[in-house]
Amino acid sequence: MADCGEPDGPDNKDNITRSKNEGKELTKEEKQRLRKQKKQQKKQKERKDEKGPSETEKEKTPVSLLPPRPVATQKAPSALPAPASAPIPVPASAPFHSSPTPSPADKPAKSKAELKAERRARQETDRASKQPGSSSSSIKTKAPLSELNPVVKRLPEHVQVDDPAVVKRLAKKLERQQIPLRSDYGYKVSLFSHLHQYSRKAPLTQQLSIPSTVIHPSIVRLGLQYSQGIVAGSNARSVALLHAFKQVIRDYTTPPNEELSRDLVNKLKPYISFLNQCRPLSASMGNAIKYIKKEISNIPSQCKEEEAKTKLLQCIDRYIEEKIVLAAKAISKYAIEKISDGDIILVYGCSSLVNHILCEAFEKSRKFRVIVVDSRPRLEGREALRRLVQRGISCTYVLISALSYILPEVSKVFLGAHALLANGYVMSRVGTSQIALVARTFNVPVLVCCETYKFCERVQTDSFVSNELDDPDDLMVTRKGKTQLENWQDVSSLGLLNLVYDVTPPDFVDLVITDLGMIPCTSVPVVLRVKNLDQ
Amino acid sequence: MELQAVLMAAGGGSRMMDLTYNTPKPLLPVGNKPLIWYPLNLLERVGFEEVIVITTKEVQKMISTDPKTKLDVKMKLDIVCIQEDADMGTADALRHIQQKIKTDILVVSCDLITDAALHEVVDLFRAHNATLSMLMSKAHEFTETVPGQKGKKKTGEQRDFVGVDGTGKRLLFMANEADLDEGLVIRKSIMRKHPRMHIKTGLVDAHLYCLKKSVVDFLADNKSVSSIRGELVPYLVRKQFSKSMTSPNVNDEADQNLKKKDGNANLEIQILSRDEVLLQLTRERSCWNDHRGDMSEAYHGGRLRCYVHIMDEGMCYRVNTLAAYIEANRLAPKLFDEPAVHPSAAISVRCLIGADSIIGASCQISDKASIKRSMIGASTTVREKVKVTNSIIMHGVTIEEGCNIQGSVICSNAVIGRGADIKYCLVGSAQRIEPEGQ
Repeated sequence: MADCGEPDGPDNKDNITRSKNEGKELTKEEKQRLRKQKKQQKKQKERKDEKGPSETEKEKTPVSLLPPRPVATQKAPSALPAPASAPIPVPASAPFHSSPTPSPADKPAKSKAELKAERRARQETDRASKQPGSSSSSIKTKAPLSELNPVVKRLPEHVQVDDPAVVKRLAKKLERQQIPLRSDYGYKVSLFSHLHQYSRKAPLTQQLSIPSTVIHPSIVRLGLQYSQGIVAGSNARSVALLHAFKQVIRDYTTPPNEELSRDLVNKLKPYISFLNQCRPLSASMGNAIKYIKKEISNIPSQCKEEEAKTKLLQCIDRYIEEKIVLAAKAISKYAIEKISDGDIILVYGCSSLVNHILCEAFEKSRKFRVIVVDSRPRLEGREALRRLVQRGISCTYVLISALSYILPEVSKVFLGAHALLANGYVMSRVGTSQIALVARTFNVPVLVCCETYKFCERVQTDSFVSNELDDPDDLMVTRKGKTQLENWQDVSSLGLLNLVYDVTPPDFVDLVITDLGMIPCTSVPVVLRVKNLDQ
Repeated sequence: MELQAVLMAAGGGSRMMDLTYNTPKPLLPVGNKPLIWYPLNLLERVGFEEVIVITTKEVQKMISTDPKTKLDVKMKLDIVCIQEDADMGTADALRHIQQKIKTDILVVSCDLITDAALHEVVDLFRAHNATLSMLMSKAHEFTETVPGQKGKKKTGEQRDFVGVDGTGKRLLFMANEADLDEGLVIRKSIMRKHPRMHIKTGLVDAHLYCLKKSVVDFLADNKSVSSIRGELVPYLVRKQFSKSMTSPNVNDEADQNLKKKDGNANLEIQILSRDEVLLQLTRERSCWNDHRGDMSEAYHGGRLRCYVHIMDEGMCYRVNTLAAYIEANRLAPKLFDEPAVHPSAAISVRCLIGADSIIGASCQISDKASIKRSMIGASTTVREKVKVTNSIIMHGVTIEEGCNIQGSVICSNAVIGRGADIKYCLVGSAQRIEPEGQ
């Protein structure tokens, strides 16, 4: 295959004609068409090169440094407020792509081969110049492209703690941002040795100076609250994050000779690394961060600082209002249609959205009972139980080991989600896939409730690849003054595993209730595509 | 900025008058460094860059002029003087500097010597958005005999009763024995919310407090509170459970205007922050609760919270009595790793200096002197055949030949005559002991 970046027009044509003559016979029209395609391709490349320097500034690669020389954009031009010339390459490439299809088979092979070659060259230059952070870029993907643009989507990198090169790169990046590196704790089970495992007793603030100057105090507070579990749950974490960002924006002043739109984004990067060190970011947080960064970058440079700040604060308020509060209202409206009188509903753990739905349904005088299933070590079900009983809903409480005993009574299962992946899998608290599996066996419908801002472009089919390991000491329990597992670290063949998330395949989920409506699990990628085209 | 450090160095040392009548307490030498160096060193190690030091004019003069009391700290010291005889309590001092305080504060007392991990205290303050966070430590018995005191010290002294919840972090109850008439009274509202309380008595209050800025503003309005430890802290601990603190109504404007007239309730308004709506949303959506077993939400909906970090191990001393001073002198050298013998001291060859001793700068130790477990201050002269054991000798002392000093404290500029035998005594400054004295 041709490995060169720049195809040479006439030479190639000669090659093509020669190869074609060996193979099929080309008609004159097809040859002309081929020549036109080559010209258009060249024009498109030139235009992309022009756009390159202006668009690289607006690109929102959160972690890596952009290569200084203009590289062809990797985002759909429609996603950015691109200059007017941008739409032209798009339709130019459109006929370019649609035309290969009617033409003979090996012609599209050739043009696609050149495309692939260019793509590979670009990818190599990217990989050579970028300095990836292992886990922090996992969520911050760029928007997926429209199928028209033949450019590569940068996929998130997975956490790779057992790869020393990656760990070294992460340490260097953190050092550059003046953020302490949190060290792993305890023995990790070998299947999960590629993930971080931190101890709650060794907070990151130990290594920070006390009146924290590098990191804004509200971010330090937020990081502490994350790592100690005071703020837990996808929605709560996102709201707390946005609240902290509001404080940061309020206290921010543009340094001289800098633009707010660029400098503020750079200020936010070390904060995000810090929060990631305290506790790995969730998909909802990642989407919220992407939104904020886009809003900040979209601030026109002639806007005054005060105006810009108020605008950003309003954007954040609006985001929370739309994506979380109103979405919850919309979802409960749809979900209440599905709850009928005499239902026995099973919920798992403490999902803020499911609790909201049940409370609303109870207020609309639906008669139902709730069974709360709980699991160690988090025992979040107790909190869900408290909130439901406080409203007056009659509840039953079981541990997950009693699931198959209680399921024959259940008429519906409502589950919350941490994130919905692009292949329709549901990522939620560990134990959810168990519940979905057993419910499927008993033919009980499983409904997952999830706001659209938690939809994520990652693709995962198992719970090993990307997960979160919590503090293994949480598994120790003290009964009658004795803790059996107190010296678990001394036993060489013993490892404690405290997983946080697991993924449920879409075959076990009957319906996903989102603020856009009730969709089947396999329609998640459609929603993602529509959402990104809107942006 | 997150926290401002305030160092209270205006105290008189009322419980150690023998030592402090000549030297002000912040400048008493402990391990040959002035007492005020220890909290300053602690703050510097942790990462503070500026400290507001509240002290008397005398101390400020001595710090700036006297070369002996040089403090080698790299932080910027903002020294605020108050009148020595104004009898200002610590809270009064805070009120005095209210203009300088722009954010939450960390109040430290000058007589604190500790190696505690300050981030524990500050983390409680940050994570739970607490109004007060303080440090306490398990008290150690003082084993050394205190010179100048006959017999054992009375044990029925003022005890502090500290009540904490099950986790040991939340402060529920604090009272001094002096304030309690017949017995310990605990309100039912506390017991309803926290049915399990651990009451501890053997704790040393390190007098290190993280306070919210709203507390300082509250102090400015309420001029009756004069001492942090004596009045403000018990008041805040009590106020956690008072009814007005737990009202969920945030947006009631009229209510707030009414309450503004009532000075005591000012604290509540000042605790409300901007974006309360978002914080409330976060708390609603978060599946965390600090207690379980009842129907109430996290923190029982209370907005005022006091936390305490109790140190189990590690050093924490407050040098406010003579016994504490002696103990601190013995253990303070562990805190810093300077060489025990100052390089500028002229030590002659045939003297015996034990490992636990510290010799100050420009000392002159002559032959056959034996110094064990003692602290020799700067510029002291020790002549031949002197035996010094378990003692603290401050600056500028002259010890003539043949003296035997055991378990004593000799203040600065004293002269001990030849052949004196001093056991468990306290020699004041610039005193002169006759030769062959006992």
